[in-house]
Amino acid sequence: MLNEFQQSLKLLNRMTSCSVVLGAPVRRVAIFGGTHGNELSGVFLVKHWQKNGAEIQRSGLQVTPFITNPRAVKKCTRYIDCDLNRVFDPDNLGRKVMEDIPYEVRKAQEINNLFGPKGSDVAYDLIFDLHNTTSNMGGTLILENSGNDFIIQMFHYIKNALAPESCPVFLIEHPNLKYATTRSIAKHPVGVEVGPQPQGVLRADILDKMRKIIKHGLDFVRIFNEGEEFPPCTIEVYRIIEKVDYPRNKNDEIIAIIHPCLQDQDWQPLNKGDPVFLTCDGETIAYEGDSTVYPTFVNEAAYYEKKQAFVKTVKVKLTAKGLRSSSS
Amino acid sequence: MQEAACMAALQRLQPVSHVAVSGGTHGNEMSGIYLVKHWLREPSALQRDSFSATPFLANPLAIERCVRYVGRDLNRTFTKQFLNSKAAWDEPYEVQRAREINQLYGPKGSAQAFDFLFELHNTTANVGACLIASVQDNLLPMHLCHFIQTHCTLGHYPILLYNLPDQEAYSISSVAKHGLAFELGPQPQGVLRADLLTQMGALVACALDFIDLFNKGTTFPAFETEAYRFIGSVDYPRHPDGELCASVHSKLQDKDFLPLRPGDPIFQTFSGEEILYQGHATIYPVFINEAAYYEKKIAFNKTEKCSLSIPALQRE
Ligand SMILES: [Zn+2]
Ligand SMILES: [Zn+2]
Repeated sequence: MLNEFQQSLKLLNRMTSCSVVLGAPVRRVAIFGGTHGNELSGVFLVKHWQKNGAEIQRSGLQVTPFITNPRAVKKCTRYIDCDLNRVFDPDNLGRKVMEDIPYEVRKAQEINNLFGPKGSDVAYDLIFDLHNTTSNMGGTLILENSGNDFIIQMFHYIKNALAPESCPVFLIEHPNLKYATTRSIAKHPVGVEVGPQPQGVLRADILDKMRKIIKHGLDFVRIFNEGEEFPPCTIEVYRIIEKVDYPRNKNDEIIAIIHPCLQDQDWQPLNKGDPVFLTCDGETIAYEGDSTVYPTFVNEAAYYEKKQAFVKTVKVKLTAKGLRSSSS
Repeated sequence: MQEAACMAALQRLQPVSHVAVSGGTHGNEMSGIYLVKHWLREPSALQRDSFSATPFLANPLAIERCVRYVGRDLNRTFTKQFLNSKAAWDEPYEVQRAREINQLYGPKGSAQAFDFLFELHNTTANVGACLIASVQDNLLPMHLCHFIQTHCTLGHYPILLYNLPDQEAYSISSVAKHGLAFELGPQPQGVLRADLLTQMGALVACALDFIDLFNKGTTFPAFETEAYRFIGSVDYPRHPDGELCASVHSKLQDKDFLPLRPGDPIFQTFSGEEILYQGHATIYPVFINEAAYYEKKIAFNKTEKCSLSIPALQRE
């Protein structure tokens, strides 16, 4: 009964032109690794694909694996001068190249010339940027813009392909919490964040998870280019609402850490009264908010310096219109 | 037998009055750093009837930058070669710091040296809570390990003996008369996990209780135990240019202290081939996939199991 209903809905969608978006074909794709030099899954996948790229080739598209922060990769550190994944804003991309310009800003301009320019017609169609986290986030897809039907359709496809394994979608759209990512120079930016994995460590299981996400993502692009029509779809996403810092003393030192009840509980509901932090003296600090939130990036190593113990998200549903390539 | 003869006699050692607890020998191993900072503010947790332990941060510059070390690995710098070297303007920071620590808590091998020095470490490997001693001959740390194994209930505490025969001890605790390292994992570098922090705090408390009992004249009977003795290491398979071409196999990952038999998989290449363990005997791998050991060309350390007979101990 439901199936029949869906079938007729699909038919209806086909007939009403406004419900199917015609998307430009996606021909030029890049896969970025090493945007953070100590997140090794992407570093080693990209290096492997540069030596042997058969796995990421698909008919009808050109896929370029690329190491974005080679000096940080060599030193196995997150960055040299500043976080590369925060400097793709007009100010930094437009900065005059002087002697004292941070390495990552110089690198961002190079990357923007190769794969952008950001916001232009000649920019790459799609960029996957590969990251790891020390948080227990599983294989997470990061969405920058809730209105991008192409990416929502892709994420819907990837989630179905990976089921029953979960594949959370993290929406970073926010008036002041959104940041200027490396991938944001593409028409369609996709972040892939897989954890838990320590910095400077390569785990076979995490590598495998990331590899599967890319496989299904590229499969989707090929099918889309070949003219398949994707009916409207709805996915559940976690939208960022707030960052939470560690409790600190007046010298700015951390005086409480993530509570064992919250550790590793990324994407799980946090309700009023649930433990959040544990102080040095063994006291529990509880969550005071009235509404349920879904924490993520819980205890990420790189975020201690960013004064972030975890991020609060809320669950929302996003619907994409039906989609078909304009060239077929 | 030799062991029986050894078992017979009660051994006596001098009481222990100068005890130090070091954190941050590696500046991104957060449990020890956090605990030591806490004890520096509130030292009462390190006080016992017969002594008070002194907490200190071993590598402040590395801690500030949240890196393992600044110039060279501090915990490989406590050998005569470095400790007796003359200060030079271009020497690594850690060489200068090692001499300072040797002045404060040593000098190594001298009568004034501290009686006991604890080292607090973390690893990204799944070693649980591991007790690391240089050699088995030092009775006080061995009895301490046994005391922890029988009194601390939070985990199981494998003993690792890291020194090769005739090798000079190189770690920070070697500047004191007796030393022991607590190595807790898995914990990523730069991350503080509450579960490991609680366990490390409990281990130090238990160790200080033992020293207090020893000082008060308790007799610790002879015992037999198992330990893992370091016998060598295995590097990652690499391309000719030095790049890794494989990762630790998912079947070996997280299997520290479990038997590895000839023919068991140890690596998987990025093209999907398995590489098998080629040795002739069963070994017990430890520090599997430790972040800091990639640059040391160590994918895991090999150990063999050995049994130890330790004679009874009492203070002089
Ligand atoms: Zn990253
Ligand atoms: Zn260490």
